[in-house]
Amino acid sequence: MSQFNELTRNGLWSNNPALVQLLGLCPLLAVTSTVVNALGLGLATLLVMIGSNVSVSLIRNHVSSNVRLPAFVMIIAAFVTCAELLMQAYAFKLYHILGIFIPLIVTNCAILGRADGFAARNPVLPAATDGLMMGLGFAAVLLVLGAVRELFGQGTLFAGMELLLGPVAADWQLTLFSDYSFLFLVLPPGAFFATGLLIAAKNVIDDRAERRRQLRQADQPKESRRVRVTGTIR
Amino acid sequence: MSLMHTSPPHTRAATSTGSVMAWVLLATLPGIASLTWFFGWGVLFNVLFAAGLGVGLEALILRLRARPLGVTLRDNSALVSGVLLGASLPPFAPWWLMLVGMVAAIVVAKQLFGGLGQNPFNPAMVGYALLLISFPVEMTQWAVPQGLFGADAIGLGDALGHLLGIAEPTDAMTGATPLDAFKHKGETLLASEFWATDPLPPGTLNAWHTTALAWLAGGAILLFKRIISWHMPVSLLGAVLVLATLMYASDPSHHGTPLFHLLGGAAIFGAFFIATDPVSAATSRKGKLYYGAGIGVLVILIRQWGAYPDAVAFAVLLMNFAVPFIDYYTQPRTYGHARPNRGIKVYQIDDDEDDT
Repeated sequence: MSQFNELTRNGLWSNNPALVQLLGLCPLLAVTSTVVNALGLGLATLLVMIGSNVSVSLIRNHVSSNVRLPAFVMIIAAFVTCAELLMQAYAFKLYHILGIFIPLIVTNCAILGRADGFAARNPVLPAATDGLMMGLGFAAVLLVLGAVRELFGQGTLFAGMELLLGPVAADWQLTLFSDYSFLFLVLPPGAFFATGLLIAAKNVIDDRAERRRQLRQADQPKESRRVRVTGTIR
Repeated sequence: MSLMHTSPPHTRAATSTGSVMAWVLLATLPGIASLTWFFGWGVLFNVLFAAGLGVGLEALILRLRARPLGVTLRDNSALVSGVLLGASLPPFAPWWLMLVGMVAAIVVAKQLFGGLGQNPFNPAMVGYALLLISFPVEMTQWAVPQGLFGADAIGLGDALGHLLGIAEPTDAMTGATPLDAFKHKGETLLASEFWATDPLPPGTLNAWHTTALAWLAGGAILLFKRIISWHMPVSLLGAVLVLATLMYASDPSHHGTPLFHLLGGAAIFGAFFIATDPVSAATSRKGKLYYGAGIGVLVILIRQWGAYPDAVAFAVLLMNFAVPFIDYYTQPRTYGHARPNRGIKVYQIDDDEDDT
């Protein structure tokens, strides 16, 4: 069980593909201008990651290491095509908004990195867990970035969620600042900036946790050393 | 016979960053005075408010970074960034515009990279570029030259109201800059016809030309005090002049005159005050020539084919990117040493192998 806890913690926090490995930055920076875009791309990436990790793990003993990378890319491309067709079927408008970045999931280094770095060496169940957790970690960063950029870029949250979730979500839009626009955050340079701030925030949290841990260790009484007594006390 | 032996250099006192920056501040005075004279009190408020913000934000971020306040604040560099940004913003800009710009300049472009001396980009121009792409409406409303005391001039109180955002700029107050108007003259209109229609509010061209000459006077102070060397301004303005002359010679009906390109925008201000930032510019003399010429070429290219009417900020930032590259290839030879071996050497590979 501890392995799954470890995989969860790695994927979501300590080895997060976006914040620590800094992989897949191209879609991360390009499409996170709103929550709905981020959620769409996050879900597609999550799906592809689980699928590719499971498949790669299944064939890991049958593919020679010389041709493993082309094989992995073919598998990933197949899953990306599935995701693409699914989006065309159920979220066609969002598919149009995300445009080239859906096919480009094939080139997302985070997916190939997990396939080659983890799934190719581990059995199916841990590989699937790793894919799920890494995908969730990536999607979580996408969502936070999308929320920050949408909120401070155009003053709304959850605008246009009906593109992904259907008519239920038609009136989900929260307008926090009306008549507000900060174009810098909507454009890709703002994504760089916001990502940098997120990484800095993660490092601060890690530093604080580390310092607290050290303090706790310092507080605990050390095992008292026995004083060596020579002679006799009278 | 003098018994005192002296040998060069005859520097009498060490120059500190603070005094260099103070001279830069002094040299901006003619330009700011000219801008204020033509465009009203708003310029003065811009400069003072932005400079105050610069010092305040620098103090704040130094506290956050747990750095000593006094030493850094006395180097006057935040003041200079504030004055330069304030002078480049449209007069009667609201306070939040300057706050956003100065946060980008001081907090992000300067202190997040490690403070003065560590910033790869010119702080004031980072602030300006961010504002220009984020708030195109506010940033392109340049004031009409109504003067300080004319009949239509905006009084001190009204100018303060604009700074505080109480009063909105009216259409009568704002107009296009000469470069902006000329850029949008349309394909069918010839340049001579365009100027014949009096496209600008009266006195605009005169105001811009005088201001450019005032910046030139300030630049002369910097050159005289040897705070900047001639290489960068000369190569920058030279590149602008050469390219503008070529384009004007090829088709005078659709291009501005070389003088218009030189004096009609921010070319002189940029050449003496923006490009010469000692931190983010190239280091060696040869490097400075390349750096300045690059900025000049980019200014003309962006003015001609880009989306924005003037281009000093973008050109300077783009060449800031190129500075490590320029410095790498223009490192001077140390006396007594061979020229450094730079770049990838391509060796001729002999393909004609004789297998007989």
